[in-house]
Amino acid sequence: MTSTTPTITGHKRPNYILIWLYLFVLTVVEVSAAFLSHIPKKWLILILLFFAVWKALLVALFFMHLKFERWRLRIIFMIPLPLAAILVTAAIMEKVW
Amino acid sequence: MTQATQTVDVMRPPFPAEPGAGVYSNKLGMWVFLASDVMFFTALIGSYIVLRFGVTEPWAKPGAVLNVPLTAVNTFLLICSSVSMVKAYAAIADGKKYFLRAVPGKLLRDGGLKFWLLVTMICGAAFVGVQLVEYIKLVGHGFTPSGFREGSLLAEHAAADPVKYGAAAAGMYGSTFFTMTGFHGFHVTCGVISMTYLYFTKVLPEKYSPQDYRGIEVIGLYWHFVDLVWIILFTIVYLI
Repeated sequence: MTSTTPTITGHKRPNYILIWLYLFVLTVVEVSAAFLSHIPKKWLILILLFFAVWKALLVALFFMHLKFERWRLRIIFMIPLPLAAILVTAAIMEKVW
Repeated sequence: MTQATQTVDVMRPPFPAEPGAGVYSNKLGMWVFLASDVMFFTALIGSYIVLRFGVTEPWAKPGAVLNVPLTAVNTFLLICSSVSMVKAYAAIADGKKYFLRAVPGKLLRDGGLKFWLLVTMICGAAFVGVQLVEYIKLVGHGFTPSGFREGSLLAEHAAADPVKYGAAAAGMYGSTFFTMTGFHGFHVTCGVISMTYLYFTKVLPEKYSPQDYRGIEVIGLYWHFVDLVWIILFTIVYLI
């Protein structure tokens, strides 16, 4: 008699090809938006940054498996982000003043 | 009574976690390094934002100086390398150490760790190659880190249409472009060298197993981070 023991100690593997397809489509849309559209510059910058952050999140969450990691590891990666925001804001403020 | 284990489509850690952080030390070290690299690239991007939006003179229009279609293809190449890297990770997690294996009834062969890591290395090396070609062409046309070279083709174009080519801010444009893409290219080169080292010292001698494939996960994290940074840089430097 053969019994099957599933070793489900981890998490389900993401569909990497689907993520790749997302990234491909988003890149095409992003490049097209930058050149083919007649959107006002300010809106275009916001849209392009939105696409870039979306793509970066897909890579971080699914390829780097951040979605499935423990919170303490996510925090290590997230801590520099507010610090970076402070750095950029401080530099901009100095420039403005 | 025999027992079979079902491991397909389920991800497990490549090595038992050490007490404290809850992950093994190599992985924790890589995450801490990546956190420091986030600060490094943010400093570069932050400086670029301050310089770019601080100048009153017009900046070069997207595509006027840089070859956006070529870089878009290069971006796609890096995204493909990220997928092949994660496929290499999944392959060794499933115990597939081989290069390619025929699958009965299917046209495509099943790739193992040796195949997917080689694909990643080739894509990474191709990215660096295309970037080098781009640099050579740009410098050839007269775009240097200090702006448009006098008497060059780009300097003539910029003189004819200073707004489109951002002639007044060309020095800042050149220095920020070459600094940001250069440092990123350096990261990619380091990744390709590291992967090549791992390939010949660990992957080909089949030293990784489904029980311990720390090296693949750690180099994978670095590689995906390099891809992530490029996604942001491509938008900021080439499209905006």
